[in-house]
Amino acid sequence: MNAILRKNELAPQIFEFLVSAPQIARKAQPGQFVIVMADEAAERIPLTIADFDREAGTITLVMMVVGASSWKIAQLGTDESLFAVIGPLGHASPVSAGGTVVMVAGGVGTAPVFPIARAFHDQGCKVFTIQGARTGSLLFWSDRLRSVSDELIVTTDDGTAGRKGLVTHPLRELLEQDTARDIRCVYAIGPTPMMRFCALTTQPFAVPTTVSLNSIMVDGTGMCGGCRVEVGGQTRFTCVDGPEFDGHQVDWETLMARQKTYHSHEQCSLQRVPLTAGN
Amino acid sequence: MTATSRTKARRVPMPEQPPEQRVGNFREVPLGYTLEQAQAEAARCLGCKKAPCREGCPVSVDIPAFVRLIADGRPAEAAACIRQTNCLPAVCGRVCPQETQCEARCVLQRRGESVAIGRLERFAADFEQAADQVYLPTTAASTGKRVAVVGAGPAGLTVAGDLALRGHEVTVFEAFHKAGGVLVYGIPEFRLPKRIVQSEVEYLERLGVRIELNQVVGQSVSVSDLLDSEGYDAVFIGVGAGLPVTMGIPGENLCGIYLANEYLTRVNLMRAYDFPAVDTPVVRGSRVCVIGGGNVAMDAARTARRLGGEQVNVLYRRTMDELPARAEEVHHAQEEGIDFRTLCAPIEYLGDDRGFVRQVRCQVMELGEPDKSGRRRPVPKPGEQILIDADLVIVAIGSGANPLLTRKTPKVALGRYGHIVANEAGATSLPGVWAGGDIVTGSATVILAMGAGRAAAQDIHAYLMEHSNRGAGDTAQPEPAAESAAA
Ligand SMILES: Cc1cc2nc3c(=O)[nH]c(=O)nc-3n(C[C@H](O)[C@H](O)[C@H](O)COP(=O)(O)OP(=O)(O)OC[C@H]3O[C@@H](n4cnc5c(N)ncnc54)[C@H](O)[C@@H]3O)c2cc1C
Ligand SMILES: Cc1cc2nc3c(=O)[nH]c(=O)nc-3n(C[C@H](O)[C@H](O)[C@H](O)COP(=O)(O)OP(=O)(O)OC[C@H]3O[C@@H](n4cnc5c(N)ncnc54)[C@H](O)[C@@H]3O)c2cc1C
Ligand code: SF4
Ligand code: SF4
Ligand code: FES
Repeated sequence: MNAILRKNELAPQIFEFLVSAPQIARKAQPGQFVIVMADEAAERIPLTIADFDREAGTITLVMMVVGASSWKIAQLGTDESLFAVIGPLGHASPVSAGGTVVMVAGGVGTAPVFPIARAFHDQGCKVFTIQGARTGSLLFWSDRLRSVSDELIVTTDDGTAGRKGLVTHPLRELLEQDTARDIRCVYAIGPTPMMRFCALTTQPFAVPTTVSLNSIMVDGTGMCGGCRVEVGGQTRFTCVDGPEFDGHQVDWETLMARQKTYHSHEQCSLQRVPLTAGN
Repeated sequence: MTATSRTKARRVPMPEQPPEQRVGNFREVPLGYTLEQAQAEAARCLGCKKAPCREGCPVSVDIPAFVRLIADGRPAEAAACIRQTNCLPAVCGRVCPQETQCEARCVLQRRGESVAIGRLERFAADFEQAADQVYLPTTAASTGKRVAVVGAGPAGLTVAGDLALRGHEVTVFEAFHKAGGVLVYGIPEFRLPKRIVQSEVEYLERLGVRIELNQVVGQSVSVSDLLDSEGYDAVFIGVGAGLPVTMGIPGENLCGIYLANEYLTRVNLMRAYDFPAVDTPVVRGSRVCVIGGGNVAMDAARTARRLGGEQVNVLYRRTMDELPARAEEVHHAQEEGIDFRTLCAPIEYLGDDRGFVRQVRCQVMELGEPDKSGRRRPVPKPGEQILIDADLVIVAIGSGANPLLTRKTPKVALGRYGHIVANEAGATSLPGVWAGGDIVTGSATVILAMGAGRAAAQDIHAYLMEHSNRGAGDTAQPEPAAESAAA
């Protein structure tokens, strides 16, 4: 059992949880995730460690309600507990000093991007961050991103905040302006289609592009093979080989098809919860 | 009974759920003996002085003694007798491959039918549990030594129980949210009800064993943390062989194609058969192909049958004679209407426009020259391929050593296939660290994992006691035995 010390709604259907997890907090690194179970009958779902406080023994999770399992977690309030939090899982982001990095955060992807951006910033890298959302009310943590970035560019699909348009537009501009070839890598984390289009955008510039894949998982320890993805023509397990992979090598079609494996089951689950899904 | 009537008496059959009924539920298939049936079966035992049956049992259960106690109508004492060498009798009575172990050596086997040792073991254990007469041995006085056990499968649980009895403080770290290892996530309810595993785990807790669930050692805490900062005096690694093997053929990542570990974990541990009352779903197929011919394949096929599979095929690349699964499992599967398509090897999966599997393309095989294992090697029959319809495929072709923990524990030497190298007593190349079960031998059996746990517990105990007398650091580390054989 892990106590929820604080919960707040960052945006409609996007919740931030401060969770007591001393052992996880002690080891967590940017890029890693946990598996969470709301209760004994719940699914095991992966969520990124959005922040951690080793002293206080806490981790921060940011979760968007998209289906029955995330809905169930969202029903829990401050002073209630999660049945299980398992981690930290997956590899840490390989953060090193020097040069310029571009971070692209789409939707709830802002949460995983934040600790990685902070780590690059702490290493003295120049950090450009692009944060995108469908509409202004879905933006959160912009101030936190700004505090660890040399420049923050905000976009919304409908122009209600920041620039109107998709994150790929400022991304292309940054790459085009980078005649000195200072940008050594791009990180893109968010909904699968957004990551895919970011990878397509950076490809002509041959800038290494890391994405964090959100495949369906069960154990998170490399035992079941449910999270398998195809990267560079090879089958890899997201939970232990990732979750970060080279965006130019990912087979996006397979990933997106596999994410829909339980589509009909989800409809069935949704009938049990009063939910109008976020995306 | 006279000796001749004993040897002539037939084995008492095990009552079972009839096939047409059981394919509609997940309840246990063999229903267990009544006391009368058990006594009748036990009376067949000749009580041989040399008891060859015992040599067939990896933990040398005192078979003639416990069988005698059942014959005399004293099943609770029979259970206590088994527990002296086997701490999971209700489990072993059900899942041990008795036909190649204890029962294979029974003298009555040569004359026809061996004593049904497994069924009697199960009977004694179930009786003790039902009557709430589980014998709780007294643990030795506290030694003040602390042992960390990684993995709550049969190997780890055995080590934990044995060391708790000797007065050590034992903590088991388990990655999953439930203890039991393959017993809870792999072997289906209809072969091994989960409440049985649960009560064995509770038994250990009553002995004082602490179980810390949701702890992935290597990630949340490392083996060296356990020995250094966490203050454990010894560590046992029993993490199993949880790494699924893929075939790497086209289409393997289509939706509806599972590796057996995932399929069985969803259904057993996560109880997906109860969806949507529980939250974890599983794909239900009406035309199912299971790839492989071992026990895992049988479990997967029989599970799929219970989850709506109308046509369930087991595809195996050799013939029925080479099928590695236990005869009893194959028999049960056939009774449940599962078809075996032998000399058949998948080479490609074909999907629909939504990315779901629809067909399996198979290469027809024939048996060629014997390979290293002495079995005739299957070779493709040129030009002969078949297409089999499938909306659910489960790949059960074996498992390897999961590197999650070992890659974070570089001082523990590994064999060629990533299994931990350990000597007969389980000692690894790193002082203070032991290992046993599937992570050392490769996929084997419950009872072998327990046997390894027992040996390691003995060695750990000796090490701890020696250290408490002489202080740390001056015990010679035994040489690791040769490369594990089973890989
Ligand atoms: C390594 C990893 C880290 C993750 N980190 C986070 C995180 O920090 N915060 C977070 O909110 N989610 C995160 N996810 C995704 C999260 O695990 C899923 O959203 C969750 O499992 C959905 O469960 P559900 O039952 O509520 O929805 P389901 O019923 O399973 O899905 C409902 C619908 O939402 C779609 N969907 C699923 N995941 C997403 C997604 N990420 N974005 C948009 N649509 C989706 C599905 O395709 C489906 O159509 C992460 C996933 C992985 C693999
Ligand atoms: C489907 C199936 C059916 C089988 N049927 C039979 C049968 O009928 N009869 C028989 O005798 N044998 C059978 N076997 C084989 C038998 O189950 C195994 O040989 C036995 O369970 C091995 O025991 P173990 O303790 O070594 O490992 P496991 O049972 O695999 O247990 C290992 C435990 O360690 C945990 N773990 C792994 N990594 C970590 C980590 N880093 N940190 C913490 N915990 C960790 C795992 O979650 C697991 O709980 C079957 C196996 C399968 C898969
Ligand atoms: S533990 Fe297994 S092998 Fe040993 S006597 Fe019991 S059933 Fe037979
Ligand atoms: S060998 Fe058979 S008959 Fe003899 S003691 Fe063992 S079980 Fe009984
Ligand atoms: S989630 Fe099971 S192997 Fe990755």
